[in-house]
Amino acid sequence: MKPPLFDYKAPTTIAEAVAMLAADPDAAVLAGGQSLLPAMNFRVANPSALVDIQHVQGLNGISIDKGEIAVKAMVRHRELELDVAVQRANPLIAETLQHVAHVPIRNRGTVVGSLCHADPSAEMPLLFVLLGGTLAACGPAGTRTIAAEDFFTAFLTTARAHDEIVTEARLPVLPEGAGWAFDEVTRRHGDYALVGVGCVVALAADGTVETIRLAACGIADRPVRLKASEAALQGTQLAAADLDKAVALSASAVTTPDDMNTSAAFRRRALGALIRRLVAKAAARAKPKEQP
Amino acid sequence: MRGKIKPALPERSEDPRVTVSLTVNGEPVARTVSVRMLLSDFLRHELGLTGTHVGCEHGVCGCCTVHIDGKAARSCLTLAVQASGSEVRTIESVAAGDGALHPVQQAFKECHALQCGYCTSGMVMNVLSRFEEPGALDLSDDGIRDMLSGNLCRCTGYSNIVTAVRRAAELLGRTE
Repeated sequence: MKPPLFDYKAPTTIAEAVAMLAADPDAAVLAGGQSLLPAMNFRVANPSALVDIQHVQGLNGISIDKGEIAVKAMVRHRELELDVAVQRANPLIAETLQHVAHVPIRNRGTVVGSLCHADPSAEMPLLFVLLGGTLAACGPAGTRTIAAEDFFTAFLTTARAHDEIVTEARLPVLPEGAGWAFDEVTRRHGDYALVGVGCVVALAADGTVETIRLAACGIADRPVRLKASEAALQGTQLAAADLDKAVALSASAVTTPDDMNTSAAFRRRALGALIRRLVAKAAARAKPKEQP
Repeated sequence: MRGKIKPALPERSEDPRVTVSLTVNGEPVARTVSVRMLLSDFLRHELGLTGTHVGCEHGVCGCCTVHIDGKAARSCLTLAVQASGSEVRTIESVAAGDGALHPVQQAFKECHALQCGYCTSGMVMNVLSRFEEPGALDLSDDGIRDMLSGNLCRCTGYSNIVTAVRRAAELLGRTE
């Protein structure tokens, strides 16, 4: 239960950190370490070197500009959760973060680290896919922007190249008047989600769904937008029959096989129950647009 | 088959060492240790601060909770070298110099919130950090249980610990 041998590197600039990764194909980036260190303690992960980015300049802080919330690589979960400006700009973020492990873990673990770890049951990847977030990845050739939807490619696998460091992740602020909700089914509070669902909905003056976004975690090898269910609810008044249809269309999105935690059949039922509950909750929080 | 079975030796044989300097319970300390030394082992083996307990070493049980720069954290999920330059606080610093218990410790004692005591230092450090954090606390039953959700106790069944947190709030004059 101790980590295996590794080299430790503490760069102070991004260029240095990227060069260290480029020079060693088995090196790993260390931010908060709340997923990497348990994996190393279990000897599941065995990197040749850890490139600790906590001393790298310019990787701290949260800013809100032009409708986007920018979260730098060393921002801890708890820092984002308690940020009053972020709570105002997009209350779904804090609501989701309260489900990420426990406070002592959230005090150390970073949001960007959780995205790069890409556990398919984790809440942060789901949030970024749901809201249409983006990530800035800095490598030897410069910085590129990756959409969250393209970032998660498989179980614990992302579009980040080995010699790239995600320096920042960006989320849009919540559209004016939109309703939001996140919840999950877990064995115990703070565990990884068996199934988690997030919803954002905007309503017209007569209560018709103008736009709706639904995404889930824990159901596939990556977080998934439930586009078929979204389409089924778009333009409706969220009648029982519409929700029935959206739930029925969500079933095929569950591709996680039966595992030691639960069965795929349970995940489908939980997904359906969460969709019903969270669409209703988000719609109740939405402020229908006023008649022009 | 003789000679075909190879011992599972690590592929790397060097164990790089690094000097870690930090403040522990207000005192500056520096030690040269292996880069893979966990903060929990640094506190216990290098500094002899065995009040920080080690339960699971993968972040589940919460026994090893200490404060890093004023915030509760798992010392088993932090490398000692990651804490270099930080201020670390452990259970040893919580009672006053004359041995007078802190209100959180007092409440645990009064409410019989411990039996074997293995989880207690982590519980106290976690609860203490929440009382010291700015902002309101949810001191309902659900709120307290949520506060304790990252710490496992295998003796008490938690009821007395929940009562103790409520009593600690009383002693600290907190209603939220």
